[in-house]
Amino acid sequence: MPLNADQMIDKVRGSRVWRSVFRSGTGSSTLHRALAIQQNIFLHLFATKVRKRMVRFSATWYLGTLTFGTFLILVITGILLMLYYHPSVPQAYADMKDLQFVVSSGLFLRNLHRWSAQLMVFLVFAHMFKVFYRGAYRTPREFNWVIGIVLLLITLLLSYTGYLLPWDQLAFWAITVGSNLSNAVPLVGGKIHFLLLGGNQVNANALLRFYVLHCVVLPLAAILFIAIHFWRIRKDGGLYVQQSEPKPRVTAESAITAKEGQ
Amino acid sequence: MHDETHMTMKKPPTEFDRRAFFTKIGLGSLGIAAAGTMVFSYEYLSPNVLYEPSAIVNSGKPESFAVNSVTMDVNSGIYLVRTEEGYFALSAVCTHLGCLTTWNQDLGIIACPCHGSKFKRTGEKIEGPAPEPLPWLRTWVSDEGDLMVDRSTKIPPLQYLRI
Repeated sequence: MPLNADQMIDKVRGSRVWRSVFRSGTGSSTLHRALAIQQNIFLHLFATKVRKRMVRFSATWYLGTLTFGTFLILVITGILLMLYYHPSVPQAYADMKDLQFVVSSGLFLRNLHRWSAQLMVFLVFAHMFKVFYRGAYRTPREFNWVIGIVLLLITLLLSYTGYLLPWDQLAFWAITVGSNLSNAVPLVGGKIHFLLLGGNQVNANALLRFYVLHCVVLPLAAILFIAIHFWRIRKDGGLYVQQSEPKPRVTAESAITAKEGQ
Repeated sequence: MHDETHMTMKKPPTEFDRRAFFTKIGLGSLGIAAAGTMVFSYEYLSPNVLYEPSAIVNSGKPESFAVNSVTMDVNSGIYLVRTEEGYFALSAVCTHLGCLTTWNQDLGIIACPCHGSKFKRTGEKIEGPAPEPLPWLRTWVSDEGDLMVDRSTKIPPLQYLRI
């Protein structure tokens, strides 16, 4: 007897191999669905159950999720771009041009990386404003707001360090100006500037340092803080929703117009 | 009676006991190790040798500069100025955020393309966000008769080199 699609899926989910990986088992009872979340290394960061109004579009506009989506795109396209890019003074600019004009789909991947980066910065700010104006930062979510601020700084630093890598005039002067800002820090400003660039001017050392920061240090920091940020949503009682929409005030005028409408 | 002696044997709570001693030793050593790691990291991240262009620039023969001329050396980021009073070298790096300024012959001023600072040819600021005038750099004539500039040594303004 041929099996239909649902039966096939159930058969696969009931197989020994599947059960050895996903231990929640077959069936779609509430318990099974909760276990599927709870027993998954990635999904267990989230709550096993959420209220429908929490996941409605109007509650969050999905800005945090969209930000994470752009981050995933950036990680994937970034790793692919690394395969053709050498962070050295003679090669960096030529490699960037090769990615645009020689490598198959290189232009697409580079543009995707660049536009996703712009979009991520925009979405991070939009997410922040949405959280702020809804008051979702209040007790008990203050700590997750602070984690969010850390993630905002990491996002901006990722943007800034990535800016130098094409090694063109814009990159050079933007980083010259940007790194000179650190000289404004009292007492240790000059030292910070020297450590950041690995020298007194934007040069081979600076390019390599920014490359390591951009491709290793900052993404790892971002992943760590994103994990904490997601986990704290569950710990702080789920996504914030307003308990009740404010009721429209009944005035004498509105009562009359309502009557007339009848 | 027996109970009483047992009570007196018990140490008073203020006594410095072995556990507290080892906790302090442990935390102390961790603190020293952390401080050592900080120093180590700082030393490692701070390069001891830099493969940057030399701070000392050979600008060629002094006679090659006309009187009342401002000559920019783009590669080393300096202006060589010859006036009736003598020679001097001026840093071309804007004191605001490090952009390279340019000499505008028609207006007779030095201008920064980044944030609009303007300077006289003596380095004095005319307008813009630059917090300081462009610094004068140490100049001298080498044994071969070349005009030399040390970009790393600033000198007070108006110390002309007379040849």
